[in-house]
Amino acid sequence: MNDVLASLSNTGIAKQLGVPRVPVLRRHRPGDPLLAGPVLVASAGGAGGRFAKAVAAFVEENGQPVVGAAGEERLHGVVVDLSEARTLADLAAAQQLLTPAVRKLGPSGRLLLIGAEPADAFESGGAEAAAVAQALDGLVRSVAKELRAGATANLVVVAAGAPPVAIDSSVRFFLSARSAYVDGQVVHVAAPIGVLPEPAEVDDPLAEERPLAGRVAVVTGAARGIGASIADTLARDGATIVAVDVPAAGQRLADTANRTGGTALQLDITAADAADRLLTHLADRHGGVDLVVHNAGITRDKLLANMTADRWDAVLAVNLGAQLAINDALLAGGSPLREAGRVVCVSSQSGIAGNRGQTNYAASKAGVIGMVRALAPRFAERGATINAVAPGFIETDMTATMPLATREGGRRINSLRQGGLPVDVAEAIGWFGRAESGGLNGQIVRVCGQSMLGA
Amino acid sequence: MPASTRRAAVIGGNRIPFARANRAYAGASNLDMLTTTLDGLVARFGLAGERLGEVVAGAVLKHSRDFNLTREAVLGSRLNPATAAYDVQQACGTGLEATIAVANKIALGQIESGVAGGVDTASDAPIALNDDLRRVLVKLNAARTPLDRLKLVGQLRPGQIVPEIPQNSEPRTGLSMGEHAARTALEWGIGRTEQDELTVRSHRNLAAAYERGFFDDLLTPYLKLTRDDNLRADSSVDKLAKLKPVFGKGPDATMTAGNSTPLTDGAALVLLGSDEWAAEHRLPVLAHVVDAETSGVDYVHGGGACGADHQHGGGARGADHQHGPDGLLTAPVFAVPRLLERNGLSLQDFDLYEIHEAFASVVLVQRKAWEDARFCKERLGRDAPLGAIDDAKLNVAGSSLAAGHPFAATGGRIVATLAKLLRERADTEGRDQRGLISICAAGGQGVVAILEAKK
Repeated sequence: MNDVLASLSNTGIAKQLGVPRVPVLRRHRPGDPLLAGPVLVASAGGAGGRFAKAVAAFVEENGQPVVGAAGEERLHGVVVDLSEARTLADLAAAQQLLTPAVRKLGPSGRLLLIGAEPADAFESGGAEAAAVAQALDGLVRSVAKELRAGATANLVVVAAGAPPVAIDSSVRFFLSARSAYVDGQVVHVAAPIGVLPEPAEVDDPLAEERPLAGRVAVVTGAARGIGASIADTLARDGATIVAVDVPAAGQRLADTANRTGGTALQLDITAADAADRLLTHLADRHGGVDLVVHNAGITRDKLLANMTADRWDAVLAVNLGAQLAINDALLAGGSPLREAGRVVCVSSQSGIAGNRGQTNYAASKAGVIGMVRALAPRFAERGATINAVAPGFIETDMTATMPLATREGGRRINSLRQGGLPVDVAEAIGWFGRAESGGLNGQIVRVCGQSMLGA
Repeated sequence: MPASTRRAAVIGGNRIPFARANRAYAGASNLDMLTTTLDGLVARFGLAGERLGEVVAGAVLKHSRDFNLTREAVLGSRLNPATAAYDVQQACGTGLEATIAVANKIALGQIESGVAGGVDTASDAPIALNDDLRRVLVKLNAARTPLDRLKLVGQLRPGQIVPEIPQNSEPRTGLSMGEHAARTALEWGIGRTEQDELTVRSHRNLAAAYERGFFDDLLTPYLKLTRDDNLRADSSVDKLAKLKPVFGKGPDATMTAGNSTPLTDGAALVLLGSDEWAAEHRLPVLAHVVDAETSGVDYVHGGGACGADHQHGGGARGADHQHGPDGLLTAPVFAVPRLLERNGLSLQDFDLYEIHEAFASVVLVQRKAWEDARFCKERLGRDAPLGAIDDAKLNVAGSSLAAGHPFAATGGRIVATLAKLLRERADTEGRDQRGLISICAAGGQGVVAILEAKK
């Protein structure tokens, strides 16, 4: 990354001049404490939420005090459980908790709301309850825009049928430094799919350093950029990496494989027999696969008025067609996808917001979202899940070659006033990839620092 | 000590694309290429950090600084540095000889796994100091007094600045390999058209193999080269007919730059192991090394039809066979019958043949010699000729004429290619497959071997 403005804004002179600072985001490094300071954990509404107690225990297990209300000290996190909030009075109580709390939220602090599905709330509390549940959506998206110094705000919406343990991996992700560039997002958690690991294993602090230990992860497009970072990050978390890229990218692919202690598979994923070759490789060499990351993607930008069939077809084939074919094969009988298998697709903010000159790319990436939603129930039948991440402006070789004005626009037009790093995308994929994340299925999470585009 | 021997398995291979001299790899050393090729192999088979039994490789054109070339490549690679290594050199037979060395140790149970192959660069060829200058410099280094040094400096002459440029010629005859091959071609009456036809077939077979993705798991790109740059997919007999002969003289000259292999840079390695080691690592067994044989011919004193000049006569005194009219590159003609006899096989008992195309004429001479009743009786002591080889089974994925021929790398390329071809056929046809390798080498030597793939 070469974000000169961000570096300059953090100098003493800039501070004296009153230039707005581009915050330096806290990111996960192995060995660092999960939480950087005390966390306010509270609930508002009804008899108290279903999750506050478990979250408080989690914070204490990870070595930080829990407070019930904002006081004098800096807070690392604020978690308000509104899963039982049904009335406007409950919502007002939440405001009373949150207002002093956000003032005390420190740099790279975490605000996390837990809410109910509006439809579930309607069942138990009528229209007002449904409205209150939906109100959290507007609340969290707005407060995320108000927070400063790299702090983020996100909302976890939990289905009535989901046991408290279902949200553990999401709470852990959103409170940790791993979610540095995930801001203003709403994720829906339902009853977990697949067999959950023993709770003892989940709580083991040593195991937490390597949450993907024992899992085989295949990453397409792993030779460079975001794909290489995904491979590095998943390997750091304990996964065995099968790095896939086109034969022409073999030299860098070998670097990725060797760096991660994994294997390199040179494969053009658009070839007719690609899915077969990939799955055979996974079955023969690894006995199965736990995590499939569809990252490979290309751009062939042109205004639609000048678009050729070649450019259109190439982008759709790599970015969407190959994912469809491999997913079909993963769902077929005898596929090597194991119990608690996870498929994570890389979509794009362009697929949500659109982007001039990218009709082909945006169509493919929006298509990925449609595919994920359509296939979620089918993967669930197999005890597996499928989700997508949609990166916004991420600092890569590709964005480094953008014209300056476009690049600066992309960097600043989000709540964190900077581009994300490839590792931010990778961390979100690692979260979806955990066996404990079975409650997440058919979800699209943006890794965009709450970009204004398409929000 | 193990009671019995076992057959070493060929698990796979890796090579970098071969480049014509002074092109893509002009700036790369033997060590660079061998290390990269080793790392590509490590990545393909997930061997980062593994200790292998042994790595054996070599180069024909070798700098004095590269005295420990293969060990240095291991130390520069991602392999565990506890992996021992040594160099071998047998001219163009180096790669196959290295394979035999490793396979034999595996067969004896001395090691469980190993890597074999070679590297060569004609671009970065060593240039030695003028011998006169070298003698003076050595003495200067040993001189004790300033006066002694001054005397030695006084001995230096301008003519000593001219270095010893490496010659692509046989030390005992002063003739290049091409000139030798041209004489043998003339002697055996090998025509221009049949050489050009064989060349075209080589290019087309190699191009077709690339097209069907055959090399996806045999080759890792290097320095932006993704395919052998000598390959001419559109090669034709008509085009080749336009080339002027470069070896031989007069109207009878048939050997051109098209039907002769060019000087090439590149490296190739194969991974070998016991069946047990392969199974433990969940690695495939493509084929097994069945047996091997080497031979030498007296191309120096042959006189007669070969017509070699006796410039350095006397060097091969004591050779145990009669002086015959043997060509420099005809030694495999003698090795193959011995190998067949020992294994109770006829020349037709093979599903595939890999005959190194040092020059198209060399392949044609070998085939013609085995079909020649008188030659087979007089020189091979056989009642009947060995007979013909089916064109459709020869060098079916291309060979040196199309791919190029970095001397020590050719054996590794051929072993990995043949092993994979045999595996494909064994899988599709459901029966065992057998292949023959024949490589001619400078100095009048031949290295041949049999591979077999179980169904």
